[in-house]
Amino acid sequence: MTQKRLIQKIAFISFGLISLMVVGLLFAILGFIAIRGIKVISWEFLTAMPDDGMTKGGIFPAIVGTGCLVLGSMIFAFPIGVLSGIYTHEYLKDSWFKRFIRVMTNNLSGIPSIVFGLFGMALFVNYLEFGDSIIAGSLTLGLLTLPVVIRTTEEALKSVDDTLRMGSYALGATKLQTIRRVVLPVAYPNIITGLILSIGRVSGETAPILFTVAAYFLPKLPGSISDQVMALPYHLYVLATSGTNMEESRPMAYGTAFVLISIILIINTIASLIRRRLHKKVKMN
Amino acid sequence: MIQAEAKNANVWYGDFHALKNVNMSFEPSSVTALIGPSGCGKSTFLRLFNRMNDLISNFKLEGSITVDGQNIYAKDAKIDEIRKTIGMVFQKPNPFPKSIYENVAYGLRVNGINDRRTLDEVVERSLKQAALWEEVKDNLKKSAMAISGGQQQRLCIARALAVEPKLILMDEPASALDPISTAKIEELIFELKKSFTIIIVTHNLQQAGRISDYTGFFYLGDLIEHDHTQKMFLNPAQERTQNYITGRFG
Repeated sequence: MTQKRLIQKIAFISFGLISLMVVGLLFAILGFIAIRGIKVISWEFLTAMPDDGMTKGGIFPAIVGTGCLVLGSMIFAFPIGVLSGIYTHEYLKDSWFKRFIRVMTNNLSGIPSIVFGLFGMALFVNYLEFGDSIIAGSLTLGLLTLPVVIRTTEEALKSVDDTLRMGSYALGATKLQTIRRVVLPVAYPNIITGLILSIGRVSGETAPILFTVAAYFLPKLPGSISDQVMALPYHLYVLATSGTNMEESRPMAYGTAFVLISIILIINTIASLIRRRLHKKVKMN
Repeated sequence: MIQAEAKNANVWYGDFHALKNVNMSFEPSSVTALIGPSGCGKSTFLRLFNRMNDLISNFKLEGSITVDGQNIYAKDAKIDEIRKTIGMVFQKPNPFPKSIYENVAYGLRVNGINDRRTLDEVVERSLKQAALWEEVKDNLKKSAMAISGGQQQRLCIARALAVEPKLILMDEPASALDPISTAKIEELIFELKKSFTIIIVTHNLQQAGRISDYTGFFYLGDLIEHDHTQKMFLNPAQERTQNYITGRFG
């Protein structure tokens, strides 16, 4: 008995230590970036154009560029992804076709993002002749998020209790009415949360924008969707590996990393706040 | 007069022969209890009457099911139209995550009825019929998720009544409820049968004895016996019915 208890205690303590280590590691990364990055953060850093071989000035065009790309990919990926998620989960009967689509969606989300970048370049930049542009970059990023959006939607729909659907059908509602009036109101907090989380991922992607939109140095704001832009992740890459004066631009790199991480953290926090709010609303309403 | 009828009903799920040549008819304003051990086909039989089995892949029916003299499996029959005239109450209370009011109004809204006055009237009438009005009349905007399980089940009954069905199907409506809520549901069924025809699946034999006029005993997909409840319980014609009712198997 006492031996059993001892083993239990050892197990608990070691599990606890390992969990602490994971959390600690996360905080170490964030802290490392924060300490080095926060020094260069200023109003000027956030709102000015880069200057003096990217060792001075700010990262404003990169922030705007990332914003444009996120927005563009959302406009493309969300409607298509959510609608196909609804189609595969609610309309497709269980068959080899459905399983095939599911496997392909999973495979698609396992493809390295650099491959999406290459594909985007071949299709949007060259074949469709969009050139290096916001539209080409957004579409490439959109393609990358599409499987995530589809999966998220399907998972959200799956978590809706089937008895609700039955109850709706039994009252003579059609499938579309059931989806619109019962299923989606229950599922949408989870869908929205998934979508917001995918924004976080898109804003940090580097490879897909490398050949499709990202500019090495472009100290002006885009005028249309066929313009090139700078973007935070690529700017970070440039500052860290191929600046004109590496020593001088290093603090700028940490500052950029800090801004990027902050944006993603803020987005994720917003996602969980929204989820909590909406869940409460669905329950109470 | 006959409200609903099954003629030579055979059901398959794939290769599984779930119902074997069942013939059964239901009089208006009566309660019929369907009893039998799990997997005997009683729920499958119940769901034939509002075509809920159609949602299951591999489902196949032979024979005919008529409600109000109309073959509801006819080629030109419209499933959603049929379901509008037949109410169903499920085992687990399944209110929609909407207000009490919107739950009851749902069946009308999906029919395109959105007139406020009509909805108000129907909601009040249905909640009164379901013996829930007094408890919720001041809180119609409250979420249906926030009331008790027994109240939720009566709300689901009110929701079914709102579309003025002729036939109400109940699939073990009280099996997830406490004894007091169960008693309320049983009282309610007793009241409802004055104006509706009710078919109820139940695992609770005492309940079948208390509330039903007729009882049908199913076993392995066969309808073994169907008669007045009193006769079924006191003097069944079949030995298997006798054995089941006295608890020798089940």
